[in-house]
Amino acid sequence: MSRPEIQVRDLHKSFGDNDVLRGIDLEIGQGEVVCVIGPSGSGKSTLLRCVNLLEEPTKGQVFVGGTEVTDPDVDIDAVRRRIGMVFQQFNLFPHLNVTENLTLPQRRVLRRDKATAAEVAAENLARVGLSEKADAYPSSLSGGQQQRVAIARALAMGPEVMLFDEPTSALDPELVGDVLAVMRMLATEGMTMMVVTHEMTFAREVADRVVFMDGGVIVEEGSPGQVIGSPRHERTRHFLSRLLDPAMAEVEEETSDQVGKTEA
Amino acid sequence: MTDTDVQLQPKKKGLTRRQKRSLSRGVQYAVFAAAVIAFAVTADWGRLQNQFAQADIARQMFPDVITLALKNTVLYTLSGFVVGLVLGMVIALMRLSSVGPYRWVASVYIEIFRGLPALLIFIFVGVAVPLAFPGTEIPGGTYGKVAIALGLVSAAYMAETIRAGIQAVPKGQLEAARSLGFSPARAMVSIIIPQAFRIILPPLTNELVLLFKDSSLVLFLGVTLEERELSKYGRDLASTTANSTPILVAGLCYLLVTIPLSLVVRRMESKSQEAIR
Repeated sequence: MSRPEIQVRDLHKSFGDNDVLRGIDLEIGQGEVVCVIGPSGSGKSTLLRCVNLLEEPTKGQVFVGGTEVTDPDVDIDAVRRRIGMVFQQFNLFPHLNVTENLTLPQRRVLRRDKATAAEVAAENLARVGLSEKADAYPSSLSGGQQQRVAIARALAMGPEVMLFDEPTSALDPELVGDVLAVMRMLATEGMTMMVVTHEMTFAREVADRVVFMDGGVIVEEGSPGQVIGSPRHERTRHFLSRLLDPAMAEVEEETSDQVGKTEA
Repeated sequence: MTDTDVQLQPKKKGLTRRQKRSLSRGVQYAVFAAAVIAFAVTADWGRLQNQFAQADIARQMFPDVITLALKNTVLYTLSGFVVGLVLGMVIALMRLSSVGPYRWVASVYIEIFRGLPALLIFIFVGVAVPLAFPGTEIPGGTYGKVAIALGLVSAAYMAETIRAGIQAVPKGQLEAARSLGFSPARAMVSIIIPQAFRIILPPLTNELVLLFKDSSLVLFLGVTLEERELSKYGRDLASTTANSTPILVAGLCYLLVTIPLSLVVRRMESKSQEAIR
């Protein structure tokens, strides 16, 4: 691992009196897939949003690809072009059809000409398996399709890093699999990914590293097998047992149970 | 359990719910019919017709009432609407600015121009502006003055409508745009404002209807014969013919435009109900 693609140093963020992040240090290498898990309110989404400065950290530094995002003089729009972000609520532009959702940012932000933008859009729609929806409007798509379009929209900008903020949390359970499949494909292609998720199966299978957060700090991190399979900390164990079926005694069997469910 | 059972039984005494409902509806129809009959009987139809519906007077108004008066009304309205829309957009963006003085100026503007009668603004534009800046002429003559007066009035209302529309666009839209590398200004122009306008199209069209009526105030600016719009034209003709038929015809001309516009608004509203994600 050469220079880390994402580097977070002593990151603090508070909203008023509420300290959401209390000193986060994290490095993500090139091509690495890191899943951030933890209970709601643990600050994992805030951490992700600090990486592309959708939230302004109270203290600390964030570097992406060697550029300091938190530098007040940085051209944040230029930095964000290299960071794709996928939201829980998809946030497709409802007044544009699928292709326009992909071409407008390329044309306005990257100043690509019409033909190039259309070509890149078609390419990325094919990657997420939605070529036939090119002319559809977001409101006519299912949640899973919307999220795949959102991923394609981010990819069309040619990002070096992808951030995923609970990308499957707003989806009906039977639609989760398609989105995870696209993310898995990205991971195998070597994309650097930071994924906030509750999908333990995905984390276990795809992540190079899992980070467990609670109360605004990183409680433990390591390989998925270690953090999810045999967590060292009581808080991690407690969280995992509540997330997975509490009736099951063994965590491992529960996760293999979920594999079948996701792929069904 | 027994309590509810008792309540479910039809009441022995008094009217049932269904009987009450039909009685209430019957009373409402009766009141309506009585009011219509009373109006029809008491009104002096002969005199009304004589004063308001003289076919030959109405006939002599054509085609001028359309080619001149209605045309001018539409011209005044549209020019005022365009000025109001542009100015309203600027004020709405000022209202949402992070720079304090812009917000204050916008708020003061909105409060003043929403609080004043349109008539006073017409007099102000017609009298005070030439007085304050001697030698300057508002370009476009009467048309320019009307555009500015109507624009000043409608901008205040439209600014509030546009601001509400911008704020009604979900926050995630701006976040998505920013995360794709849009600058704040470009995100506003390409992503937020197009969506805001879809939301506010019905209220903006309503504003157009209001302006259409307010354009009658142009008569306080003093207009030449060729610049007369519907109200002035109707009034002038009413005094030369000593009959009010022209007023009625002018009124019908207004409705000719406002009713279809209102129908369009209603259709847009029901459509946007469906389109909500």
